[in-house]
Amino acid sequence: MPFIPHTRDDIAAMLKECNVARIDDLFDEIPVSLRAQDTPGIPEGLTEMEVGRLMQDRADTDGRFINFIGAGAYEHHIPAAVWQIATRGEFYTSYTPYQAEASQGTLQLLYEFQTMMAELMAMEVANASLYDGASALAEAVLMAVRLSKGSRRVLLPATVHPRYRDAVRTIVRAQAIEIVDVPYVSGTGLVDQHALSSYRDDFAALVVPQPNFFGMIEDAHTLAGLARSKGALVIGLVNPVAMTVLAPPGEWGADIAVGEGQPLGSPLSSGGPYFGFLCCKKAHVRQMPGRVIGRTVDLDGRSGYTLTLQAREQHIRRSKATSNICTNQGLLVTAAAVHLSLLGAEGLARVARACHANTRMLLEMLGAIKGVDRVFSGPFFHEGVLRLPVPAEEALRALVAHGIIGGLPLGPDYPELGESILVCATETRTAADITQYGENLERIVSRRRLDPPCAVRGS
Amino acid sequence: MPPSNNDMLIFERSRPGRRGFSQAPKESAPLDDIPVSQQRRTAPRLPEVSELEAVRHYTRLSQKNFSIDTHFYPLGSCTMKYNPRACNAFAMLPSFLNRHPSAPAETGQGVLGCLFELQELLKEVTGMKEVSLAPMAGAQGEFAGVAMIRAYHQSRGDIGRTEILVPDAAHGTNPATAAMCGYVVREIPTDSAGNIDLKKLKAAVGPQTAGLMLTNPSTLGVFEQDIEAVQKVVHDAGGLLYYDGANLNAILGKVRPGDMGFDVIHMNLHKTFSTPHGGGGPGAGPVGVSARLLPFLPVPRLARGPDGYRWLTEKDCPQSIGRLSAHAGNTGVLLRAYIYARLLGREGMHRVAEFATLNANYLMIRLRRAGFDVAYPNRRATHEFTVTLRRLKEETGVSAMDVAKRLLDKGFHAPTTYFPLLVPECLLVEPTETESKDELDRFVTAMEEVASEARRDPQMLKGAPYTLPVRRLDDVRAARELDLRWFPAPVAETP
Repeated sequence: MPFIPHTRDDIAAMLKECNVARIDDLFDEIPVSLRAQDTPGIPEGLTEMEVGRLMQDRADTDGRFINFIGAGAYEHHIPAAVWQIATRGEFYTSYTPYQAEASQGTLQLLYEFQTMMAELMAMEVANASLYDGASALAEAVLMAVRLSKGSRRVLLPATVHPRYRDAVRTIVRAQAIEIVDVPYVSGTGLVDQHALSSYRDDFAALVVPQPNFFGMIEDAHTLAGLARSKGALVIGLVNPVAMTVLAPPGEWGADIAVGEGQPLGSPLSSGGPYFGFLCCKKAHVRQMPGRVIGRTVDLDGRSGYTLTLQAREQHIRRSKATSNICTNQGLLVTAAAVHLSLLGAEGLARVARACHANTRMLLEMLGAIKGVDRVFSGPFFHEGVLRLPVPAEEALRALVAHGIIGGLPLGPDYPELGESILVCATETRTAADITQYGENLERIVSRRRLDPPCAVRGS
Repeated sequence: MPPSNNDMLIFERSRPGRRGFSQAPKESAPLDDIPVSQQRRTAPRLPEVSELEAVRHYTRLSQKNFSIDTHFYPLGSCTMKYNPRACNAFAMLPSFLNRHPSAPAETGQGVLGCLFELQELLKEVTGMKEVSLAPMAGAQGEFAGVAMIRAYHQSRGDIGRTEILVPDAAHGTNPATAAMCGYVVREIPTDSAGNIDLKKLKAAVGPQTAGLMLTNPSTLGVFEQDIEAVQKVVHDAGGLLYYDGANLNAILGKVRPGDMGFDVIHMNLHKTFSTPHGGGGPGAGPVGVSARLLPFLPVPRLARGPDGYRWLTEKDCPQSIGRLSAHAGNTGVLLRAYIYARLLGREGMHRVAEFATLNANYLMIRLRRAGFDVAYPNRRATHEFTVTLRRLKEETGVSAMDVAKRLLDKGFHAPTTYFPLLVPECLLVEPTETESKDELDRFVTAMEEVASEARRDPQMLKGAPYTLPVRRLDDVRAARELDLRWFPAPVAETP
């Protein structure tokens, strides 16, 4: 029996102890009409070898591509040691450290992680993780509204990832919070400061993305200042790798900093599991959602670590809790702590600079193709927007046939950007990858220019 | 006093200029096209250590943990069963790990096929009409479920339903979720047999009732015997019935929530489907619904069409409660659950509930014979049961907390303590199906030893644990004198 250790003798002895004849008798409190439904739709069990073959076949179906999409999930090199340590049974198969004395490994690691995130964001304190970047932003919005002196309006720029904006709306919907869009300037792809200054209402918070969804570097200091002048809190939504080289939220006076932790050691994995992080000013810590680890002492005065500020949490405060979150993303945080230790500040800054250099090379090469144009001017981090002279979906499909995942089409979310795509080249892309992309895109674009579209469809 | 080598933080091992050189890329061009005003002024103080120091530090830290792989971990309501290594090995095949979430669906038919089959398996084993894999943990599944209940009532113009009912024994996530969804929470008491108090439930329902959130078996470790009557009371009042799947391991393949009349359920795949708990996540909390809630399921949802598998979004599902994450939920966790389900198969899935129940009943009876009080002695255990140490506390002063800490010294992770709150000095014990009779017998022996120590030397137990990396920690101090991060020691100022 898979994963069940009972021998025939064990079962007999245990049934005797329970004073029943069959295991089924132990279910006799369940109404008969509800019992023993068959489940013919579930296949017979397989051996480990058979499942291994099945999964390898599925993995082979998907193959390998040269990827140029970022858009909230970034392909970075993850040191070999990271997941070898994270999948040690002692980390992989433990749970939320309710028994602190038997969980000092996880707890000390989380305390170190909180320190690392606070340092990276230049903020005072960090929590032990939330689910992902989008849900972390939603939690930050709820937190800002709790901290606000009465406003339930939050300014959410159009330069924030469209899926993040969707998730925020889903999660805050039932709490009478108004999410107000802020437009962007068409030439720069940056938050429209003029529009921002013109709002007259009271706002609980402004979300400042850095870099923004288009890869552009916002003027975070000015945006934060504008928010403060309106009495609103500042929520920084940032890429943690970028924060080694760009001014972090603490330097622009943010009250809350959140983001997607994936670039710190989580593989792409079709979208998860990743982790969300949340940092804030110490004064706001009692409104923070999620687990927080504190250092304390034991009976002998020796220092140790434990879950703290639990009076905010659902298992104590129930319907008055700061969030319903219970299980978070512990294992991804374990990987992140090891990842950050192996790279250090200098290693991570090198990653950031390499991503920037590669993206610059990519934008220059693709932008040199006739008819392909950069949509926004100004400083960027490791992504950029290009307008194609051909239908974006068609070009991307043609690239897939050459083993290249060329970018994310923006038209569906930003109709005004038409046939534009968002591209990214992290440190994992080589000059050869970038050249290969450029040559293929050039061929696709020029072929399309020479042949009318109907001929393409007919071929 | 400087910390001993074994107690050092990674930051205390740090030396300026030391690093793992081969992990970072080679140096590239400086950022001369980014304005200095937007650049970072001071570098973050991250550790500067060699690869060996990092590996040794975190390996040593891991050794300070109890885990399923190292210890019996009967943490009630958490289903700490064996996490098969194959699930991890196959979910970490490079093609799965390297696939970008926004890559076109046609480049991911392998992984999407696994997820789709998981979705179908979950429908079958729960008896629900449709499943969405989107929620990233149990509590997010709860959120999705209650948000769907709200969307359902609103879609019918039934806007006077402002209350969600929860039993007083419910997990804290239930009332917290209901509040997040804008509902007033009303608690329903438990009767002397451990069932929800049907009379009080009848009195509580009305046109204000949006729904009831129920865990069955309940957190008290007993099956809700009046479930059919409960279902009728709630539905007759126009409310919907929510199934909290935290305890699904107790009935997997034996009873289906859909057949009990539940309208919406969430499943904790990190419990029932044995994906790891990872020191506190990641989880996965898929939701299943009856036909009437189907239009409201969270997106993205996976569908199979003539061109293969693809994600449905708001455009395809206009009544959806919406999106809960940036991408498509915790795919890597879902893959592990899929692999687990394929290893178990139909027969294996039935056996989960059977052997989880056998182990819990055996352990309950052995502990009762050893002199411990079971909170509901006239009931069968389900996959877990509650022990009350009230008598021990009265006789010796030794609390459930003291017993829990002493169990750590004996090499066992403690059961869940002080939950559910309505059982005084409570231990909630869940052995799971993957533990052997020998291990259960050893746990009984340890409990007997602790009880006799409590009678002989109660003061000693108050000081437990003695053999772990730290003695009992001061939680009050942790909350009063907040120390949430490391700071470098201040440099002595020269006058």
